[in-house]
Amino acid sequence: MLIPCPHCGDRDVSEYSYLGDATIKRPNQEKANPHKWETFVYNRQNPRGPHKELWQHNGGCRLIVEITRDTISHEILSMKATGPHKTGLGK
Amino acid sequence: MSGFRLDSGGQIDRNQPRTFTFDGRKVSGFAGDTLASALLANGQTLFGRSFKYHRPRGLMSVGSEEPNALVTLTGPDTHEPNARATMVEVVDGLNASSQNRWPSLSVDLLSANQIGGPMLQAGFYYKTFMGPTRKAWRFYERFIRRAAGLGKAAQKPDPDRYEKINSFADLLVVGGGLAGLTAALKAAEKGARVILIDEHARFGGYHRGDPREQDTINSLLERIQAFDNATILPRTTCFGQYDCSTFGLVERVTAHNPTETEFAPCERLHVLRVRHAILATGAIERPLVFPGNDAPGVMLADAIRAYALRFGVSAGKNIVLFTSHDGAYRQLSALQDLGVPINAIVDTRTTISDIAMAQVAATGMQLITGHAVTRVHGYHGIKRVSVAPFDPYTSKINGKERAIECDCLGMSGGWTPSIHLTSQMGGVPEWDSTLHTVLPGKSNGTWSVCGSVAGYFDRDDTIASAETMVEEVLRKLSLSRARKAVTHPEKQDVLNVGPVWSIKGIGGKAFVDFQHDVTADDITIAHQEGFLSVEHLKRYTTLGMGTDQGKLSNINGLALMAEARGLDIPTVGTTRFRPPYTPVSFGALAADARGGHLQPTRRTAMHYWHLDAGAEMIDAGLWKRPRVYRRGSEDLEQAYIREARMTRQSIGIVDVSTLGKINVQGPDAAQFLDRVYSNGFAKLPVGKARYGLMLREDGIVYDDGTTWRLDDTNFLMTTTTAQAAAVLEHMELYLSVHWPDLKVHLTSVTDQWAGAAVAGPKVREMLQIAIPETDFDNEAFPFMAIRHGKTSQGIPVMMCRLSFSGEMAYEVYTPARFGLALWEELHSAGKEMDLVSYGTEALDTLRIEKGHVVNSELNGRTTAEMVGMGAMASKKTPYIGSAMKDRPAFKDRRRHQLVGLVSKSDECVLIGSHLVRNPALKTPCLSLGHVTSATYSPALEKYVALALLENGQELIGRDLYATFPMKGIHVAVEVVDPCFFDKDGERMRG
Repeated sequence: MLIPCPHCGDRDVSEYSYLGDATIKRPNQEKANPHKWETFVYNRQNPRGPHKELWQHNGGCRLIVEITRDTISHEILSMKATGPHKTGLGK
Repeated sequence: MSGFRLDSGGQIDRNQPRTFTFDGRKVSGFAGDTLASALLANGQTLFGRSFKYHRPRGLMSVGSEEPNALVTLTGPDTHEPNARATMVEVVDGLNASSQNRWPSLSVDLLSANQIGGPMLQAGFYYKTFMGPTRKAWRFYERFIRRAAGLGKAAQKPDPDRYEKINSFADLLVVGGGLAGLTAALKAAEKGARVILIDEHARFGGYHRGDPREQDTINSLLERIQAFDNATILPRTTCFGQYDCSTFGLVERVTAHNPTETEFAPCERLHVLRVRHAILATGAIERPLVFPGNDAPGVMLADAIRAYALRFGVSAGKNIVLFTSHDGAYRQLSALQDLGVPINAIVDTRTTISDIAMAQVAATGMQLITGHAVTRVHGYHGIKRVSVAPFDPYTSKINGKERAIECDCLGMSGGWTPSIHLTSQMGGVPEWDSTLHTVLPGKSNGTWSVCGSVAGYFDRDDTIASAETMVEEVLRKLSLSRARKAVTHPEKQDVLNVGPVWSIKGIGGKAFVDFQHDVTADDITIAHQEGFLSVEHLKRYTTLGMGTDQGKLSNINGLALMAEARGLDIPTVGTTRFRPPYTPVSFGALAADARGGHLQPTRRTAMHYWHLDAGAEMIDAGLWKRPRVYRRGSEDLEQAYIREARMTRQSIGIVDVSTLGKINVQGPDAAQFLDRVYSNGFAKLPVGKARYGLMLREDGIVYDDGTTWRLDDTNFLMTTTTAQAAAVLEHMELYLSVHWPDLKVHLTSVTDQWAGAAVAGPKVREMLQIAIPETDFDNEAFPFMAIRHGKTSQGIPVMMCRLSFSGEMAYEVYTPARFGLALWEELHSAGKEMDLVSYGTEALDTLRIEKGHVVNSELNGRTTAEMVGMGAMASKKTPYIGSAMKDRPAFKDRRRHQLVGLVSKSDECVLIGSHLVRNPALKTPCLSLGHVTSATYSPALEKYVALALLENGQELIGRDLYATFPMKGIHVAVEVVDPCFFDKDGERMRG
């Protein structure tokens, strides 16, 4: 599997580490109830088909990208950079 | 069977003899021979013994599908089991031996296994030896394992070198027959980057060696070679397809050519990424299932043709063919011209095509239609076969048997397309009821098939299918602009297969899977016992589970199961194929990543000093750290006790360069650390350090370390050696995804700093000599303070007064390039004061005495409260883990708590021991907890340990037993506070 990186181009999956489901939002630290925390920490959808997820190019530029990957074919359907440096990178 | 070398024919060089040994006997062949062809030419009939029954077995095929002729190849230092004799090219000095026989190939005492007759049938082992408990199996297993099996694994490391390359292309063409060659040429002409591979030494596929086709094959190859954008790889197997059109290829580089430069690898693994794959993988001939079909001398009919055309070898002196389709009649007259004595052909069908009839007429051989072979006579070789009238509708014999003299029987039940790769790529195999075979099914768009794998069994159709298919592919890849509609050739039923799945109505073992000794009766039994799905059938009988992966057996097995269930084959379904297509050596997969090259080695700036000082090194992740510095004849324990004792008496120095170091910078750095650690950092003054405990979101402890405030917006965080990379990744995730608003930048500076921790009562005296301009007085340089300075030789240092050992201690860091110089300077400064270097063992001893936790205790299941650090947590500021750390289960009083243990005898407490109440242990019994770290404590002069114990704090003062049932060790211990030594910290603060 090749994962696109906005700095480094298409790179092999072995250069990346998987950082999990990108659809999960961290709850508001002050306001969230235990149920929301449970969902955030433990519950994942594991869909068959397109899945938004985070990968870090830690064998390269260390950027964390959010990609949409088809979990059946491993086709990468979209990619965008995350974080404070994302401006001007990715789609 | 008594094969012999023909006077002419074959792609061998008769001027270049080759000598090798087989089972210790000298055998000669020619350049271009395989081990199988050379042995066959020398009249060898027996090639191996079968897996379960130890039945004598001969050569079955000419290719990688070979189930029987597996040999072990040995060199001066090499040992390769289960090599297929059909794929091994003969070279001088090759040393091969047969397998799975005892004491020898022709006299195998273990063949008594088959006297039991139907006893060893499918499921026998499970039913007989397993019993209601596992006891019986445990007893019998070693005998069964000895009797069953293939070659023996190598005992020594493989001295050969392997290499791996990554490559890229537009098109991969698998299979170098007429279809593959045609496709590769067309694609190369259009400018596609093409890689054409074939698993054999020479190209041509089915037509390889056929004199009528040789010019065509050579000219196609030459034309492809002329293109720079085409690569041709013979002896290369595509063993698997992986995600996103990635293919694994193994190229055999030097085995056939030992004089090749010594720098060439034995095998080369290609990890190939392509835009599209063209599979021209051909087809494999199907055996017929009849009693005695495994006898040495029975082989695939087409293998007889191939041995004659490719190697100039006749498989026998009096050959009979047994078939159920027209394909077996091809080239009969050509074979007769070469001198291959085929004297009769037995066909289960009552009528055969005119073309087939013409071949028979031209050769004058005997044709027996409407008959089947019912028996094979002879044990180590065929003497004659029995044939009888056969009813194709019931598969039964309906007449009297008669004998035909012969010494070799060629069988053919049709051809099965090699759909292994298409199946791996998601193609669902489809049954074609006209061709009576399985076809690749629908492509997902990343692969195409042509030639016989696609169902084209006619020579011209094969080429036409390659031309039309490659045109489609080139358009898809935008390499062809042609618009005219592409029309694929019709699939013609040129073989006229009259399907026969087994010959019934007579006794004797009729084999379906030769390699795993699965018979037609085994499939009936599996069906009777309720194994209806093909997947269950496969696992119960082990059909198709040998190293040949059922290349010859799968379709017959499937058809027999369908027959038993009274269903048609598509309803029963087919099994899918997984990689690898043929066995792949571990050497090729590992390539250079072995030994010291498996992963990088990290060495500190002081590494070679440690080695010179006699340190015994230990792995800490990728790092090498000194474990102990032995003196004289000390053992490990004596050495670490001396190092720890001297540290508490005078000064110890330890290399701490391996600690993870992360520079946390930015206007929001303090706020970020507040959120990352469970305790606060915002109020930490500049020039001070603080111990921090990091939790995971679920409230479990993640890591710990000290963080130094170098500046208002600049912190140096230290992590444990093991977790350095993970902690950085963890924090980067929060900054990128959860808190992108925080202005913080993280930099790993682990490698930039070298560090030494110096500890002991005389440490100030020593540092004052080494770093004279810094004031080490208690008030001037208080606990947890950071100071910058330089040594008397001018080495810049950054120090912090921290103690892991519980002694008066300082961590001294310097840029890595000064690491060794600093280390040496500290040593010379401490020379007069009995300074001792200590390793990780003494480091562990000192921290256990203080009850400090490391990853042995912070094992991914411990909360801060369990290790006595619950009170440290910030009450006001939320942080990672704060929301979940107070869950009811974490508050349960039965949850483990960190305690100390003191051995009540002179015995050491083993790490991993369980804590129990009962002095007279009877397993199983209730475990109250377990020992996480243990050492001999020179300070207490006792063996001590740290443990996680249920409700531990309340059990302090109680006596328990630390038990290690696997070693029968049972030590009485007293539960104490985890801090064994200097609880008030006077030594480190003093």
